[in-house]
Amino acid sequence: MTSSAMQQLYQQIILDHAKSANGAVAELAALDADAATAASAAGVRLAQSHQVNTTCGDEITVRVGLSGTGADARIDEFAWRGAGCSISMASASVLNDTVRGTTVAESEAMLDLFREMLRSRGTIEPDEEVLGDAAAFAGVSKYPARVKCAMLPWVAFEAALLQLAEPA
Amino acid sequence: MTFVAPPPAPARDPSDQTPSDHAQTDQPLTDRSGSDLTLSSDEVLRIRNDFPVLHQLVNGHPLAYLDSGATSQNPISVMEAEQEYYEQRNAAVHRGAHTLAFAATEVFEAARATVAAFVGAAENEIVWTSNATEGVNLVSYAFSNASLGLGGPAATRFRLGTGDEIVVTEMEHHSNLIPWQQLALRTGATLRFIPVRADGTLDMTAAGEILNPRTRLLAVTHASNVVGTINPIDDLVAMAHAVDALVFLDACQSAPHLALDLTALGVDFAVFSGHKMLGPTGIGVLYGKAELLAAMPPFLTGGSMITTVDMQGAEFLAPPQRFEAGTQRISQAIALASAVDYLSHTGMHRIRTREAELGRRLVEGVTAIPGVRLLGPGLGVERIGLAAVDVAGVHAHDVGQFLDEAGIAVRVGHHCAQPLHKKLGVTASTRASTYLYTTDDEVDRFLAVLAEVAPFFGVSR
Repeated sequence: MTSSAMQQLYQQIILDHAKSANGAVAELAALDADAATAASAAGVRLAQSHQVNTTCGDEITVRVGLSGTGADARIDEFAWRGAGCSISMASASVLNDTVRGTTVAESEAMLDLFREMLRSRGTIEPDEEVLGDAAAFAGVSKYPARVKCAMLPWVAFEAALLQLAEPA
Repeated sequence: MTFVAPPPAPARDPSDQTPSDHAQTDQPLTDRSGSDLTLSSDEVLRIRNDFPVLHQLVNGHPLAYLDSGATSQNPISVMEAEQEYYEQRNAAVHRGAHTLAFAATEVFEAARATVAAFVGAAENEIVWTSNATEGVNLVSYAFSNASLGLGGPAATRFRLGTGDEIVVTEMEHHSNLIPWQQLALRTGATLRFIPVRADGTLDMTAAGEILNPRTRLLAVTHASNVVGTINPIDDLVAMAHAVDALVFLDACQSAPHLALDLTALGVDFAVFSGHKMLGPTGIGVLYGKAELLAAMPPFLTGGSMITTVDMQGAEFLAPPQRFEAGTQRISQAIALASAVDYLSHTGMHRIRTREAELGRRLVEGVTAIPGVRLLGPGLGVERIGLAAVDVAGVHAHDVGQFLDEAGIAVRVGHHCAQPLHKKLGVTASTRASTYLYTTDDEVDRFLAVLAEVAPFFGVSR
């Protein structure tokens, strides 16, 4: 009975990402002073954020490591660990592929595009050239209850970046 | 103007062109069903005609509402009872010397009598609350207040401190857990819990060791909102009372689904909520044994619960009014009484039997699907009409989405029972829960679509 609506929502790209879970790690301990110091010695600034979707209990921890400063600041390290539905897990995997190695400014621009698409209730036709696999989440925007699932990793990423924000 | 009270139950003219004549006749339903043991399929179809919300398409499919464990639907008679109150009798209760105020007070107190009789209690043992959660908080804060010395010598029974123990179980809804955690934190008492075994039943051997002379209160659910089991309350009450502990019963999942006699059960306190038993939201019930309520200090204070007031203090009314500060949920109480009439008319024993059938159908069905794990005991253990499952490799939220697309409404998540899910080794589950208006066909549709979930998401088949 599998409907086309379900196939629209759960596109093969999403189901594949939910399985491959790119960037997922088995353990992600709380960031302690030792880890931060070691990273700092290697020229990387680390931050981590844990987010929970209270409606369903999904949770995710995202760790970001930045090298360089100012306009050159680049996402050099990215890791996540989470438990949740296929939408949130696939979104974390796509986030990994999207922002790893990009500059902070580039990743923030992607974040804005992704959020805008998800809040559009299906009215924004995504540009696959720009968004890549993240465009597959356009179908999610028609399901307001699931937008939170898709946003969860990105919100964690955003919160981690915020911790590393340089004073203007 | 003289107020003329209409007859209490059927508000509608039987000659009305209504979808069903259920609950509008003095004829017992048993005369029509041909069986006095359960609800026949014809009867379930007649019952459904009283519930307008059930007759709609969701995503192009007829709605199969399998989430009554979260909230049940309202029959027309309940909605009419609430409307009739506002159209004909709306006034402040327990005050005012006018005809309408008397009429409002009369139906409000008649509602209390109806609900009291429904659960085998006396009228002064029934306290209205906004919901069941508020009832748990009311008692936990009354304990708190007693622990601060309020209530005088009569309230010694409720005084807690270091060395005292509060016992809950590992299968409690958060509403019957967190208020007790907080009470322990406020008073210095220790919170202990009776563990749940792998099959989802309480470990009664452990219960025998955990309940001890330091135990002052046992808070336990009658029926689990996740695993569906009906706990051995008789045994737990005997064990708790043997060590002089009070028993607080969460009856949210039992009052709607089985014939409840709180006096016979012997519990000291109980709570249940209106919206899970065909009533409106915004109304819950706290039951307390008369002598306990009489000795207990109030939680919420203010208007409507006092006798005399001066600038330094106040004397309080006797229960139940002592615990009903402020303007009451009058229309909701009246509507809840109408819901109780509907249930009584249908017959709680028959509803219990019917739901046990539905529960069996669910259990048989889900256990036959590869990769689907039933939480809680399998066949042979009576359950209320619900089943929570874990689909291997597919998150509950995805399962729920897939079912919703087929018009099937279920609950997904932890169902406000995180510790129990953790114990059973899952973070979330998918729960189908039934009621008197659930058809076999709806259960079968749920099972058929559930079987498609794992193949769709590309996991084990």
